Amino acid sequence: MNWSLFFGELVSGLTLGSIYALIALGYTMVYGILKLLNFAHGDVYMVGAFIGFFVLQWLGGPLTTAVTGWLAIAIMFVVAMLGCGALGVGIEIFAYRPLRNAPRIAPLISALGVSIFLQNSALLLWGPQFRSYDTFDLIGVKSYHIGRNFFISNIQIFTIAASFGLMAVLTWLVARTRTGKAMRATSFDREAAEMMGIRVDRVISFTFFVGSALAAAGGVMFGIVFGQIFSLMGFTAGLKGFTAAVVGGIGSIPGAMLGGFLIGLTEAFATGYLPGGSTYANLYVFALLIAMFLVRPSGLLGSPVIQKV
Amino acid sequence: MVGPNLEGGVPPGPGVVDQPRVGVDEWVANVDERREAQKGLTGLVRRAWEGVPPAGRLVILLGPFAIFPFFANEGNLYRYGLITVVYALLALGLNVVVGFAGLLDLGYVAFFGFGAYLYGIMASGHSGHHLQAEIAIPIAVVAAALVGLLLGLTSWRLLGDYLAIVTLFFLQAFVIFVNNANGGPSDFSYPFVGRVDLTGGANGLDQIDPLNFFGYHITTTKGYYFYTLISLALLMTMLYFVNKSRTGRAWRALREDPLAAEVMTMPVNRLKLLAFMFGAGTAGFTGTIFGAVQSGAFPGDYDVGLLITIYAIVILGGLGSIGGVVIGALVVNGAPELLRSSSNARFLFYGVLLLALLVAMRPWYRPVVVLLGTIAFGAVVRVVVAAAWPRGTAGHVQGGGAFGRALDHWVLIPTHVDRIAGWAYFVLILAALVLTLVRGWWRTIALIPTLYLASFVWENKLVEQVSGATRLILLGALLVVIMNVRPAGIFGTSRVEIV
Repeated sequence: MNWSLFFGELVSGLTLGSIYALIALGYTMVYGILKLLNFAHGDVYMVGAFIGFFVLQWLGGPLTTAVTGWLAIAIMFVVAMLGCGALGVGIEIFAYRPLRNAPRIAPLISALGVSIFLQNSALLLWGPQFRSYDTFDLIGVKSYHIGRNFFISNIQIFTIAASFGLMAVLTWLVARTRTGKAMRATSFDREAAEMMGIRVDRVISFTFFVGSALAAAGGVMFGIVFGQIFSLMGFTAGLKGFTAAVVGGIGSIPGAMLGGFLIGLTEAFATGYLPGGSTYANLYVFALLIAMFLVRPSGLLGSPVIQKV
Repeated sequence: MVGPNLEGGVPPGPGVVDQPRVGVDEWVANVDERREAQKGLTGLVRRAWEGVPPAGRLVILLGPFAIFPFFANEGNLYRYGLITVVYALLALGLNVVVGFAGLLDLGYVAFFGFGAYLYGIMASGHSGHHLQAEIAIPIAVVAAALVGLLLGLTSWRLLGDYLAIVTLFFLQAFVIFVNNANGGPSDFSYPFVGRVDLTGGANGLDQIDPLNFFGYHITTTKGYYFYTLISLALLMTMLYFVNKSRTGRAWRALREDPLAAEVMTMPVNRLKLLAFMFGAGTAGFTGTIFGAVQSGAFPGDYDVGLLITIYAIVILGGLGSIGGVVIGALVVNGAPELLRSSSNARFLFYGVLLLALLVAMRPWYRPVVVLLGTIAFGAVVRVVVAAAWPRGTAGHVQGGGAFGRALDHWVLIPTHVDRIAGWAYFVLILAALVLTLVRGWWRTIALIPTLYLASFVWENKLVEQVSGATRLILLGALLVVIMNVRPAGIFGTSRVEIV
C-alpha cells in the first residue's frame, strides 16, 4: 500500500473537512431554529472569502503588509466574520422574516433568490476571474513530517486547529450560555419560547450572525489553504456544507462537524483512489449522500422527527 | 409569532375589519363573497376570465402566439417566440411537480439536459447514429421519466428541504458528468466498452440532427415554433383534464398536507413518483426539441441559471396555475431578451421603475412628487458636482437617442468609474433595504435620492452586463420581492390555512 498517498489524502481530507464543517454548522443552526434551508449560506461563505482578500489588500497586500503575518491573518478573520455576520442578519431580516408564517416553499424560493442575487452581484463587482490570496510567504509555510510518509504543513495544522477551536467556542456558546439556552428553547418550540419571554426574533438574528460568521471563517481559511478564490465558489461549497449537515443529522451541532469531516475525507479519498476520481469526486459525494439517506434518513447523529398532528 | 389560534377567539377591533385574517373560520367561509366584491378593473377582468370556457381560454392565451410568426423575422421569432414557448413547456412540467404535487425538485433542469443529450446521442453526426425522431423522442421521454422515477424514489423518505438538496445535487452531478464524459483520460472506463465519448465534454455535443418524422425534416425556425406550440397546447389541455381528475385532486391534497392525504388512504408514494415522472418526461421531451433546434447540446445551458429562470416563471405564473405559466414565460423570457441591447434595456429599466411607482404609491400625488423631486434632485446634484469635481460629469451615456442625451444632462457619468460604481451599488442595496423599514412620508422622501442612485448605478455599472449578471441579479431580487409580497405567486391563489 502506498502510505504517502494515503496520509496525503487523509490530511487534505481533514483540511477540506474542517472548512465544510464550518459551513455545515451555519446550515444546521439555521435549520434547527427555523426549519429553513438557507440556500444563500454558500454565497455568504464566498463573500467572507472576498472580504478577507480585500482586507489583506487594504493592509498593503500579502507581500508588503503593514503588520506582522499572524496579526494580518487575525484581522482578516475578524473583519470577514463581523462583515458576514451582519450580512447574514440582513438577509434574515429582509428575505426570511416577512415569511415566517408563509407556506414552506416560499422562504425556500426567497433563499434561492438571495443566493442568485449575491452570486451575480459578486460577479458584477469582482468579475469572474480568480483572485490569489498569496499568503504562503506571509505565514511562512513549513512542512513537518512524522516518519517517512506523513507530511503536514503548518497551514493545514492551523486550519484544522482553528476550526476545532471555533467549534469548541460554538459548543460552549450553545450549551452553557443564556443565549445558547434561548436558542435551544426557540428551536424546540418557537411559540412556547416566545411565551416564556424569549425574544425570538433576536435569537434568530443572533443565530444567523453566528452561522454566517462561521461560514466567513471557512471562506478565509479556504483562501489561505488553497490560495485562490472566485465569485462562483459559494455554490458548490454551500451544497457540500449542506450535505455535511444532512449526513451528520440536521439540527445537530456535533453531527455537522462529523458530517463535514466525513464529506471532506470522502472527497479526498475518492480523488486519490476511485476511477475518474479527480473529475468525478463530487459524484461520489453525491452517492454517499444518497446511500446515507437510504440507511439513516435522519442522519448519523440526528433523531427521527416525530410528527404530531 | 403570536399564534393565530390565539387571535381566533378575539373579535376584530374596529380598525382591522377589512384585513384578511388567515386562519379564522369566518374569513374562510366568506371567501366567495369577497371575491365577488372585487371591484374595479381587476375584478372585472377576473370575472370576465372566469366566464370564458376552458377552450376559449386556451385560444385567448395561445392565439397571439399562433399569429406571431407572420409578423416576426427569423431572429425575433427564435428569441422571443420559440424560446418563450420552450420555457412555457418546461415550466408546465415543473408546475406539475412543484405546483400540483408540492415537491420541491431543484434537479428539474437536469432532465431537460438529459433529453437533449440523449437525443443527441441517438441522432447526431457526433455520435454517428441517426435515429428517426419518431423513435428517438419516445425513447428519450421514457428514459427521462425512468431517471425521474429513480430520483423520485428518494422522495419517499425525504421531505421538503431534504428533497430539494438531493435533487440540486443531482443537477450538479449531471452537469459535472456531461462536462467530463468525453472519453478523455480523466473519464470513467465503462465495463465492457471502455472509454466512450458520450457528451463531447465541455465543448458540447455538436451536429445534432434536425427532427425527422417519417422522413419529413423540420428545418425552419417557424417549423420548430409551430411544433413546440402545438405540443404546448396539447400538454396544457392534458394538464387541464389531469388537474380535474382523481389524480389531480390527489396531488393537490398531497401538496396541502401529505400526512392528511396518507391518512385518507391516498397512495402518497405512488403519487409522488407519478409527479416526478410526469415532470421528468415533459422536461426530456422539451430537451429533444431544444437539442434539435440548437443542433447541439452544451453543458452551460442546463445549469442553475436556467433552473432559476424556470422557477421564476412558475412562481410568477402562480404555483399550480396552468395558464399563468404562459404569461410567466412571456414576462421572464421577454423582459431579459429586451434587456440584451442596452438602449432597450434603458427604456425597460426606467419604464418599470415608473410603472412600479405609479402602481405602488397611493394617493396619486405621491408618485408625482417623487418623480419631480428626483428630476430636480438630479439636476441640482449634477450642477454641484460639475462645479466641485469636473471628472464626475466627463463621461457620456452610451447611445439611447434623445432619451439618452436627456439623461446625459441629468445623471453623473464619471470617467474611470469602476470603484465608485461598485461602492454605489453597495450603498444602493443598503438604501433599498432601509427604504423597506421606513414608513409614510419619510419613505417618499428617502425614495428620491435612492431613485437617483439607482439611475447612477444603472448607467455606470449594471448596463455593462445587461445580458449576464444584471439579468440574474434582477431575477433574484424579483424572486425575493414576489415571495415577500405574494407568497403564492402573482397569479396564484393563496392557500387557506385553517389552524
